[in-house]
Amino acid sequence: MTVTYPLLVNAVITGLLMGGFYAALSVGASIAFGLLDIVNIAHPTFAVVGAYAVLMLNRTFNIDPILGGLLLTPVFYCAGTLLYQVYHHFFEKRGDDAMRGLAFFFGLMFIAEVVLIMLFGVDFRYVHTPYITTTLNFGAIALPLRLAVPFAGSLLMLVVLELFLKKTFIGRAVVAVAQDPFALRLVGASPVRIKRIAFGVACASAALAGAFIIVIEPLQPAVGREFIGRVFAICVFGGLGSLPGTVVAAISLGLVENLSTIFIGASWSPAVAFGVLLATLAWRPSGLFGRS
Amino acid sequence: MTTRSRRAIGAATLAALAALSLAAFSSPAAAEEPLKIGFSMAETGPLAGTGKSALLAMTMWAEDINAKGGLLGRQVKLVHYDDQSSPANAPAIYAKLIDIDKVDLISSGYATPIIAATIPIAMQHDMVLIGFFGLANNAKFKYDKFFGIFPAGEKPALAILQPFFEAAMSMNPKPKTVAAIYPEIEFGHAIMNGIRASAAAAGLQIVYDQGFPPSMTDLTTVVRQIQATNPDIVAIGTQPGQSIAIVRAIREVGLKAMIVGGGMTGLQTTDAEGLLGEQLNGFVNFNIWLPAPTMQYPGVMDFLKRYQERAKAAGVDPIGYYAAPWAYADLQILGQAVEATKSTAGDKLGPYIHATTFKTIIGDVKFGESGEWAQPRMLAAQFQHVKGNDIEQFKGTEKVVVVAPAEYKSGDLIPFDDARH
Repeated sequence: MTVTYPLLVNAVITGLLMGGFYAALSVGASIAFGLLDIVNIAHPTFAVVGAYAVLMLNRTFNIDPILGGLLLTPVFYCAGTLLYQVYHHFFEKRGDDAMRGLAFFFGLMFIAEVVLIMLFGVDFRYVHTPYITTTLNFGAIALPLRLAVPFAGSLLMLVVLELFLKKTFIGRAVVAVAQDPFALRLVGASPVRIKRIAFGVACASAALAGAFIIVIEPLQPAVGREFIGRVFAICVFGGLGSLPGTVVAAISLGLVENLSTIFIGASWSPAVAFGVLLATLAWRPSGLFGRS
Repeated sequence: MTTRSRRAIGAATLAALAALSLAAFSSPAAAEEPLKIGFSMAETGPLAGTGKSALLAMTMWAEDINAKGGLLGRQVKLVHYDDQSSPANAPAIYAKLIDIDKVDLISSGYATPIIAATIPIAMQHDMVLIGFFGLANNAKFKYDKFFGIFPAGEKPALAILQPFFEAAMSMNPKPKTVAAIYPEIEFGHAIMNGIRASAAAAGLQIVYDQGFPPSMTDLTTVVRQIQATNPDIVAIGTQPGQSIAIVRAIREVGLKAMIVGGGMTGLQTTDAEGLLGEQLNGFVNFNIWLPAPTMQYPGVMDFLKRYQERAKAAGVDPIGYYAAPWAYADLQILGQAVEATKSTAGDKLGPYIHATTFKTIIGDVKFGESGEWAQPRMLAAQFQHVKGNDIEQFKGTEKVVVVAPAEYKSGDLIPFDDARH
C-alpha cells in the first residue's frame, strides 16, 4: 500500500501524542522500579483507580477530568506514603526478596480491580468534555484534542517531576537513595522517609495518568492490564529511574507502534515495538539513559 | 384400660408412624435436592457488560420456573462462577461444577472462546451444552449434543454479515470496493472469513484487509490507512472495547464511505449507545433482535418490562435488547427438553433438542445438524437521527432501524456520509 504524506505525518503525530500519554503512565512505575527498587506492577491499576476518582469528581461536581486529576494528587500522595509504610514494614524491612514484593503488588492489583467492579460495575464509564470530541484540522493534518490535551498535561507533569528531582533537596535525596542509602544517612536523611516521599510522588502521578486515561478511552476496571507490558518495557527501555529516558522510550514506543502500522501492518506493531526494545537492550543493557 | 384397648392404641400409633414415614418419603419437591444448572459467566472483565445482563435474565428464568413448581418436580438452582471473561478459567470452573457441585445440567458462559473451552468438558461427560452467543463453535468438534443459541445458522460468520452486505448491495450506485478491519483474535478471523466470502459472492474488490492487535489503544492510524484506499464499504469485525475505539477513530478521521459497520459487537448494548450517542449515526451493524412489530414474539415484551424494572438496581444493561431475551430463551429450551424427556441425561436430551422446534420468547427455535440454528435470522440495523447521549432514545426502533433483511425491515438505509450530517 502507498504511504502518502498525510498518512505518514498523521501517524507520526498520533505516535507522539500516544507516547506522551505512555510516559505519564510509566513515570510513577519508573520512579518506584528504578529509584526505589520496588516492582510496583499495580501502578497502571492505581492509574485506573485515579480515573474512577476523576469520574466521581466529574459526575458529582462537574469538574474537568484533568483538573480533577490534579486535585487528586495530594490524596494519592498520602495514600502512596501509607502504602509504602505497609510495604516497608512487611517486606522491605525484613529483607524479603523482590519476588514477595512483586506478589504483594500483584495481589493489590487484583484487589483494586475487584473493589472497582464492586463499586462501579463492569460497564464502560466515560466523561463528556468539549475537547474529547474536538479535532483541530490543519489541511490534511488532524490533531484530536482527546490525545493532544493528555499529551500536553503529560509533558507538563514530567517537567515538574524532573525539576523536583534535580532542583530540590528531597528530589536529589530520592536519586541518592537509589545509589547509596548508607551515604544518605551520613548527611542526616532517613532513606525510609525519602523512599516514602518518593513512593507518594509516584502514586500521585497515577492520579493524573488516570485523568488522561479517561479522556483517551472509555474506562472499565480491567483497562490497566492493557498497559502493564508497555509500562515496564518503557521503564527498562528508557533506563531505570531516568525521567528523560522514560519520555524518550515512551515516545519511541508510540512512534514505532504507529509507523509499523502503516508500513508493515497493525498486527505487527507490538512485535516490532518489542523487537526494537530487545535490540536496544542488547546494545545497551541498562537502557537508553540508564547508568552502566 | 383393657389389653384389647392397649393393643388398639399400639396399632393406631404404629399406623400413624407408618403414615408419617410414607408422607415423608412421598413429600413434595421441597424435600428433594434442587435440580442444579451450572455455568460460568463473564461477571467481570471486558465481556461482563453482556455477561451480567445474561445472568440477570437466567436468574429471572429460574425464578419463573420455580414459581411454576420447578423442573421434574424439583426446584431449580443456578450454580454459577465468574470466568472473568477468560477462557483459561472455564475448564477449572466446569470441573468444579461437575465433580464437586454435582450439577445436573450445564450451560455455557459468554461467548465464543469460553464456549470453545467448555465443549471438550461437555463431551467428556456426555452432557448437553447450549452455547451462549458463540460463532461456529462446533465446526471442529462436531459434538452431537451441542446447540448454539445465536441465530447465525450453520455458517455463522457468513450469516452475521449477510444482511449488512444485502443492505450494501441494495444501494444505488452499487458499491465496488470493500475494506475489512478486525482484531487478531479468533472472533476477528471468523468475521474476516465471512467478509471475504461475502465480498467474493457480491463481486466486490477487497482493497484493505488487515488485522490489528487487540491491545491497541488508539485506532486512528488504522482508520487513516483505510481512508487512503477510498473504499465504498468498510466492513468491521470487533469486540466491545474495540468497537468503541473504532467509532471514535472514524469520527476523528472523518472517514468517508457508502456504508460502514458489519460485525461490531458491543454497539448493541445500551452502555455503548449512551457513551457514543450521535457518533453512532450512520453505522450499520448486525443485530439479533429489536422490538420491530414483526419480532414481538409471545412473552418477550412482558419479559423485557420485568427485566428493565430490575436491571437498573442490578447495575446491568438497562434496556437489554441484545443479550437478555436470548439468555432467558437458552434456559427455556433446556427446561422444555428436560420436562419433555423427564430426564437430565445427555443421550435423551440431545436427540430431543435436535428433533424439536422450541417455542421461546425470541420466537421459534429449531436447530440444524451441526447444532447451530437450522435457518439464520440475523438483522442489519442502522443508527439514524441519534441526538445527544440520552439512552431512552434507543428504546424502540426509531433510532436503531432494521434495514435488512427485507422481511424484518423497519426503515430505509441512509448512505453513511448522509447519515453523519
